[in-house]
Amino acid sequence: MITRTAAELAAALAAGETTSVAATQAHLDRIAEVDGAVHAFLHVDAEGALAQAAESDARRAAGATRSALDGVPIAVKDVLATEGLPTTCGSKILEGWIPPYDATVVRRLKAAGLPILGKTNMDEFAMGSSTEHSAYGPTRNPWDLDRIPGGSGGGSAAAVAAFEAPLAIGTDTGGSIRQPGAVTGTVGVKPTYGGVSRYGLVALANSLDQAGPVTRTVLDSALLHEVIGGHDPLDSTSIDQPLPALVEAAKRGAAGDLSGLRVGVITEMSRQEGGLSGWQAGVLARFQESVDLLVKAGAEVVEVSCPSFVHALATYYLILPAEASSNLAKFDAMRYGLRVWPEADASAEEVMRATRDAGFGDEVKRRIILGTYALSSGYYDAYYGQAQKVRTLISRDFDAAFERADVLVSPTAPTTAFKLGAKLDDPMAMYLNDLATIPANLAGVPGISVPSGLADEDGLPTGFQILAPALADDRCYRVGAALEAALLEQWGGPLVPPEEKLS
Amino acid sequence: MPEITRAEVAHLANLARIDLSDDELDHLAPQLSVILESVASISGVAGDDVPPTSHALPLTNVFREDVVTPGLTPEQALSGAPAVEEQRFSVPRILGEEQ
Amino acid sequence: MTDTLVAFDDVLATYDPALGLEVHVELNTNSKMFCGCPTEFGAEPNTQVCPTCLGLPGAMPVVNGKAVESAIRIGLALNCDIAEWCRFARKNYFYPDMPKNFQTSQYDEPICFDGYMDVDVDGETFRVEIERAHMEEDTGKSLHVGGATGRIHGADHSLVDYNRAGIPLIEIVTKPIRGAGAKAPDVARAYVAQLRDLIVALGVSDARMDQGSIRADVNLSLSPKGSGTLGTRTETKNVNSLRSVERAVRYEMSRHAAVLDAGEKILQETRHWHEDTGVTTSGREKSDAEDYRYFPEPDLVPVAPSREWVEELRGTLPENPTARRARLQAEWGFSDLEMRDTVGAGALDVIEQTIAAGTTPQAARKWWLGELARRANEQGVLVDALPVTPADVARVQALVDEGSLNDKLARQVFDGLFAGEGTPDEIVAARGLAIVSDDGALSTAVDNAIAANPDVADKIRDGKVAAAGALIGAVMKEMRGQADAGRVRELILEKLS
Repeated sequence: MITRTAAELAAALAAGETTSVAATQAHLDRIAEVDGAVHAFLHVDAEGALAQAAESDARRAAGATRSALDGVPIAVKDVLATEGLPTTCGSKILEGWIPPYDATVVRRLKAAGLPILGKTNMDEFAMGSSTEHSAYGPTRNPWDLDRIPGGSGGGSAAAVAAFEAPLAIGTDTGGSIRQPGAVTGTVGVKPTYGGVSRYGLVALANSLDQAGPVTRTVLDSALLHEVIGGHDPLDSTSIDQPLPALVEAAKRGAAGDLSGLRVGVITEMSRQEGGLSGWQAGVLARFQESVDLLVKAGAEVVEVSCPSFVHALATYYLILPAEASSNLAKFDAMRYGLRVWPEADASAEEVMRATRDAGFGDEVKRRIILGTYALSSGYYDAYYGQAQKVRTLISRDFDAAFERADVLVSPTAPTTAFKLGAKLDDPMAMYLNDLATIPANLAGVPGISVPSGLADEDGLPTGFQILAPALADDRCYRVGAALEAALLEQWGGPLVPPEEKLS
Repeated sequence: MPEITRAEVAHLANLARIDLSDDELDHLAPQLSVILESVASISGVAGDDVPPTSHALPLTNVFREDVVTPGLTPEQALSGAPAVEEQRFSVPRILGEEQ
Repeated sequence: MTDTLVAFDDVLATYDPALGLEVHVELNTNSKMFCGCPTEFGAEPNTQVCPTCLGLPGAMPVVNGKAVESAIRIGLALNCDIAEWCRFARKNYFYPDMPKNFQTSQYDEPICFDGYMDVDVDGETFRVEIERAHMEEDTGKSLHVGGATGRIHGADHSLVDYNRAGIPLIEIVTKPIRGAGAKAPDVARAYVAQLRDLIVALGVSDARMDQGSIRADVNLSLSPKGSGTLGTRTETKNVNSLRSVERAVRYEMSRHAAVLDAGEKILQETRHWHEDTGVTTSGREKSDAEDYRYFPEPDLVPVAPSREWVEELRGTLPENPTARRARLQAEWGFSDLEMRDTVGAGALDVIEQTIAAGTTPQAARKWWLGELARRANEQGVLVDALPVTPADVARVQALVDEGSLNDKLARQVFDGLFAGEGTPDEIVAARGLAIVSDDGALSTAVDNAIAANPDVADKIRDGKVAAAGALIGAVMKEMRGQADAGRVRELILEKLS
């Protein structure tokens, strides 16, 4: 049961071969079995999930299913507000907070009939690339429990990779869906900015954040994307246009014909020389093989240069902390969450200071201070203002590149999963993990990471990133599905983490 | 070369209402300097003629109709509050001035 | 500590004042600035809140289009330019009554800018230049518990109600107003008063200073007379009546002068106005530590009002209140004092409508500023909130004019209107209020009065016609006031001639 894809589960449910309660219970059992080792979940809602599953089964019996995925269980990153379920964002400062409302994405999942298994672990407030910055302990990579599952959405990716859930929701501000997908051998999609509502997503960097699917197959992502996507009047930045036909694009792509498609290989993100350093050989090798498979499927490869991309990381680490420093100001011990009294008769301001010191982890404090600096008077123009301008240059590079190519490709992350603790004390080294994923967030364009094999040197998963122009998310699915089909044929089946390590 | 001094970090922490300990100040100042040195590389990359991008997509004029929609009950609103009194959020004494 | 003050006239001998006014206008939209919560004043605490205005993690703002429309109309009425493209910005600072610890406001891209308002002070016109008018949101309200009642200092803890958080505000900021000299306090007051009238005419706010829907901050500085420079200013917050605006300016001028005369410097600081004692006290010093770290609000998209929309809104502007007042005063022939009373009572519109319904200006004024103003005052409302319409008043006056009612009976008709008994004509019929001018009934009453007062009758027979008043009174008493006094007098004189 648990190794089935969401599409397969949906088909089995439709055919009456199984029930939502059975499918949900199987995943809850799997969570009970392996999550002690993986720690993908911060909160499991067995009771709620089974109740929702029973309702789904009743609907199906009555011939009133609500969506293609009705009854298929899902895990939700703990950064989305869930009414009645704890929402901590991986932070002590929100320990025990139970939102009185649902995020739009969660509301849509419920409306579509997907039982919610629980909330997944993440770097605190989504700041990190390893899930080690969770206040509740790290998530471990199902491929090697001594290694990181990526971040910030390591919990969602690990849950899907370890068969604890067929589907999960992630959020991606600079790669937090795609990079965990790459290092856990799963699929992750960052939709076009504005394509999925951010209402109820606890903001890290509002102008960059997007929620999206975390799955094991491209088709599953497309199915989930169609459930959560589309215009939401509660999000002013939501795009008021219908989604492209994503499932159809995935199915068309899986048929394997890419003739006429122009694939742009981004020079700055796929070559050691002249571009960025620190790319692992095995990652580049798998990348090149995938490019070759696309060519074999009929695509034409062009090399495109995006010279401003080398500044993306710096731009990102000015914009993100600036926005985050302001977003996180609301955690002040007044209305919800932790309240720490430094002394009995402390003032509100003293309580705020003490609570924020005790409730935020190191990385969060680093970024708040950095963002406060970037916005403070006298520095705004030099830092935040300048970053906003470079952002324009990056968007222009994308525009020029998409003149010459229908999609752009690169490895998703420069390395495979590293060991827990390896980069914890070196923030800059940690930040480099998002080198290839950040430009898409800065420009608002969609991207997908598809498993591209295992690196020769360590046998760990690598990811292949496909970027498309804004609103053309369907291209990610078409090309992603084509690549997935070709690789599956080559491998003879999906990449699966070694089961013996999980028990 | 940009550098954030310990005193500057203390000032920023004050602005951000975080009561950093001496240890944290010692630790953070050099780390932030390293990060800042790296991100400062973008200075001068974009000229004066480049407009800033604050929003990824060029939407404008997204407005709501002026109609009342259901909100939270007071119980829901106060459900997460550390302390409640008289259907209000009870907060520690406020120093400084009234707004 | 009591401030040293310099006599007002002496201030002007040495210094030139410069004023600046920041007025916050709370809009009367149905829903809040960025969410659909209601905006009613005086609701039970925390009953008009949602995830957005409570600043719950994850919640997002969406702009109320009506608030933007109101902002543009205010800007146009203040002769401002309307931005072709502008953004909201976050003003970051921590305060417990601000749910997100940033206020969503506008910074360097206000929606309205570069306007002016001509202010009349004793027949002289001052042009007050408007720097900007921008959109923002209000904060919650704190109740301070323990310690001195209601004051923040010494309080044990505070209780916060977020019903007001997120109500749309328009902040209107003047450029420095110079050259007002001795009239600076009057100019400040007149500006706020005229601005309030304008807001009322636009219908965009309740404009109740007593309820805080218009709040003024008063900036003041002095510079050596004739120097043409600008001195260090203080900002006196929350001056919430017209009289206080004037007093606060006067007080700060006297205080500044004393500080400067002593060779000391004015601190650039916030001052608190104390309505009860009429003084200001020091608040927080403006320092470098106050760094609002403004940046464009990423959760909201830019506002780009089309020129078509702006022109359409320009077409909805009411007549400028000052011009309208001058026009009506001339048309009605009111004295300056009568006009001032009319405006002060909020009776301009109802009098205009009463006149339009056929009443003479003086009669309309008599009712609205007399009987009806008295009743409004008893109820603590303005005359336009009474259950009496201009049409009712016009009808009552018409009945008086045709002799069916006298003033005393008319007042009884108003009693009926207040009691919801129907139209004036229905009330006259139901209460039997019509004046009796039927000679039969009157003649009997006159005979009775003559019989009961033989002495008076003799005086009248002797030619002392003035004594008739006593008999008229007796007749009116018998007729319970419902007699045509003129006809009664005629009958008495006929019978005693």
